[in-house]
Amino acid sequence: MSTSTADASSTDATSTDVPASAPPGRGRILVAVTASVALLLAAGAYTVLAGRRGEPAPVATVPVTLDPGPRLLFVSDRHLAVSARTDPDGSRSLAALECVRTYAAAGTGVCIHPVNAWTYQLMVLDAKLGTTKEFTVPGLPNRARVSASGRMVAWTTFVGGDSYNSGGFSTRTGIYDTRGGALVNSLEEFAVTVEGARHTAADVNFWGVTFTADDNRFYATMATGGKRYLVEGDFAARTVRTLASNVECPSLSPDGRRIAFKQAIDDQPTNGWRLSRLDLDTMRVTNLAETRSVDDQAAWLDDATVAYTLRAADGTPSIWTVPADGSGEPSLLVSNAESPAGL
Amino acid sequence: MYLSTVKSGTPTGAPPTGERTGRRGRFGAVSANVFALGAVSLVTDVSSEMVTAVLPLYLVLGLQLSPLAYGAIDGVYTGATALLRLAGGYLADRTHRRKLVAGIGYGLSAVAKLGLLAAGRSTGAIGLVIAADRAGKGLRTAPRDALITLSTPPHALGRAFGVHRTMDSIGAFLGPLVALGVLAAAAQSYDAVFVTSFCVAAVGVLLLALFVRDHRGALPAKPDAAPVRLRDAATLLAEAPVRRLVLAACLLGLATIGDGFLYLMLQRREEVSLVWFPLLAAGTSLGYLLVATPIGILADKVGRLPVLLGGYAALAVTYLLVFGPVGGWPLLVLTLGLYGVFYAATDGVLMALAGPVLPERLRTTGIALIQTGQALSYLVSSVLFGLAWTLWGPQAASRVAAAAVLVAIAATVALLRTRATARPAVPTQPVEPTR
Repeated sequence: MSTSTADASSTDATSTDVPASAPPGRGRILVAVTASVALLLAAGAYTVLAGRRGEPAPVATVPVTLDPGPRLLFVSDRHLAVSARTDPDGSRSLAALECVRTYAAAGTGVCIHPVNAWTYQLMVLDAKLGTTKEFTVPGLPNRARVSASGRMVAWTTFVGGDSYNSGGFSTRTGIYDTRGGALVNSLEEFAVTVEGARHTAADVNFWGVTFTADDNRFYATMATGGKRYLVEGDFAARTVRTLASNVECPSLSPDGRRIAFKQAIDDQPTNGWRLSRLDLDTMRVTNLAETRSVDDQAAWLDDATVAYTLRAADGTPSIWTVPADGSGEPSLLVSNAESPAGL
Repeated sequence: MYLSTVKSGTPTGAPPTGERTGRRGRFGAVSANVFALGAVSLVTDVSSEMVTAVLPLYLVLGLQLSPLAYGAIDGVYTGATALLRLAGGYLADRTHRRKLVAGIGYGLSAVAKLGLLAAGRSTGAIGLVIAADRAGKGLRTAPRDALITLSTPPHALGRAFGVHRTMDSIGAFLGPLVALGVLAAAAQSYDAVFVTSFCVAAVGVLLLALFVRDHRGALPAKPDAAPVRLRDAATLLAEAPVRRLVLAACLLGLATIGDGFLYLMLQRREEVSLVWFPLLAAGTSLGYLLVATPIGILADKVGRLPVLLGGYAALAVTYLLVFGPVGGWPLLVLTLGLYGVFYAATDGVLMALAGPVLPERLRTTGIALIQTGQALSYLVSSVLFGLAWTLWGPQAASRVAAAAVLVAIAATVALLRTRATARPAVPTQPVEPTR
C-alpha cells in the first residue's frame, strides 16, 4: 500500500490524490488489523455477556391448563402463564411453552410461538396445551384471538421491511376454522366494501379480529388510504364492509352488543390511543376511564370489565383493568405480564 | 462521451498511469482506491443491514410500538435526507474534501447505532436516531461515488462501479445473517445487535480513514480557479448534457414503482410464498451481487447507455412477468433474478454514465443532484402507482407500469442519443490487457 511513487508522479497533474493520513505501508495495515480485531472482540464480548443475561426458562409448579374457570391466562417473561382471578398477581404458574401472544376460550387456546427472531409459529392448543394445529406465520406477531365457542382462531402479524422507498407497513391477518379446517392466510383475499362502494386499493391492511357468537361474522380493523375503519366481516361469504372509522383493535363484549377498542386521539395514531367503547345499537362512542395511551386489543373479563396491557418506560408490561361503562378508574391486575384473556 | 469531456477542458480525473496501473492490473483495471471504497461499503452495509433486519422486530416486539408508529418513523424523513444529500455534495466540492464529507456520513451512521440504545422507548428519539442514520447515508453516497469516478479512468468506470456495487451488495446480503447469529448468541438481545453493528460500522470508518485516498482538485493557483460557489452549482443544470442526464434519470425514476409494490404483487400472486416475503429482498440482493461486475464490464465494452436501457428493459419484463404466464417458484426466481439484473445494470451504470459528463470540480454536487432527483421521482411514482392500483387493480397497474418504463426508455434515448454514439470506444491511454 506504498503510495509515495504514485503521489510523486501525480504532482504535475491537474488534480491530486491525497493519501490517507496515517503511518504508511505496513504500519497502516497493522493499525487497521489491530483496531478491527479489538472492535470485533468488543462486539463479541458484549454479545456473549448479553447471552448470559438471559434468564433460564421457568417451569410450571402446577400443570397449566386452559380449562374454563375463574382464572386468567397471560404471557409472562415470554411464557404462557395462568393465575387465579381472586389473586392474579400472586399465584401464577408458568408453562414451559414459549409464547409472545396468547388467547383462549372454551378450552381452545392460541399461542404465537417464536422459533427464532424471524420466524413465528401459530399453535392452536387444546386445554392440556397439546398442539392440534401449527403453521408458520409471516412477520411479527401482533394480535391473537379465539371465538367464544373455541371454534374460530384469528391472528395478526406485522410484515415490515420494505426498505427502499415504500415506507409504511403492512399487516397480515389470518383466520382458521378449527372445525371445518378452512384456513384464510390473509383477509386481503376478501371482497372489500368501503362506505357502500367496492374497494380494490393496494394499501389495504387488516388487524385485530374479534368473533361474534355465530362463529362466522367477525369485526376487525381495516386501514386504507390513511384511514382506519371498523369492518364487519363474513367468513363464509368472504366479504368485509366498513361500519365506522377511527376504530382499531375491536374486542366484542360477551353479550355481543358493545365493542371495546382503541381510538386514535384526534384521529392521529401518532398522538396515542384512548381506550373506548362503541355501542353497536346506537353507534355511540364512550371513552373509558383509562387516560394513558393503550396500544392493545383489549379483552373482556366479564360484561363489565375490560383488561389490557400497558408498558412502563423500560418496556416492562403489566395488565390493567378498567370498568367498561366509563366510570371508576384503572387498576393493576398483574405485573410483569401481557396479553390477557379470561378463561 | 469522455472524449467530449476532454475536449471541453474538464479534467477527467484519471489517475496517472505508471506504477499504479501495473498494480491495478492484478485486479482487472480497478484501482486500489475503488477496492478500498468497496471494502468500506461492504463492512458498512453489513452494519446497516443488520439493523434494518432487526429494526421492525425491535420496534414491534422489543418495544411493542404499533405498526402504525413504526410506519410513521419509517416514512417521514425522505425529503430532509434529499436536501442534506445535495448540501453534502456541494460542501464536498467546495472544500475539496470528499473523503471528509463521506467520513462524516459514515461516522454519523455509526454513532446512530449507539443512539438506538440510548433512545429507549421514546418514539421521538428513535425517529431522530433513524433520521441521523439516513442523513449519514445521504451525506456519504455522492462523495463516495464521486471518489470512485475520480479514481478510475473513464473507460473503466462501468467495471469500477460494478466491483464496488458487488462488494456493497455482499455486505447487504451478509448483514441479516450476522444479525441472526448475534441474536442467537445473545439470547435475543437486541442491544447486542446494535453494539455489534456499531463496532462493525467503526471498522468501516477506520478502513475509510486508513485506506481511502481523497481526491482533491488542484488548489486554486489563479483567481479564476476560485473555490466552488453556490452559483456554480446552479449553473450545473444550465449545461445541456447535465440537464438531459438529470432529466433522464428522473424520468426513469418515475417509471420505477418501488420494491415494496413489486414484492407485494408477487406475494399476492403466489399465496404459498407468504412466509418468504422478507426473503424477496434477499433474493434480489443475491441476483444483484452476482451480475453487478460482469454487467459493469459489459457497460465499458458496449457502452453504458445501452446497458442502462437494457436494465430498464429487464425492469419492464419483470413488471410484465408478475402477472404473466409463468407461476410458482420459476416465477419468483425469474422475476427476482431479472430485478437483480435491473439494479446491476442501472444503479452503478448510471453513475458511470454521469461521471465523465460532470465537471470534476462539481462532480459530487452533480452526482448528488442525480441521486436526489431519482429518489424524489421514486416517491412520486410510488404514489402514482398506488393510485393506479386503486383505480384499475394490480394487474392492469403493473402493465401500465411496464408501458411507462418503455416510454421512459424511448424518452431517454431521445434525450441522450447524441452522446450514445460517443460511447467509450478505444481508451486513449495505454492499459494492460484485461483478463
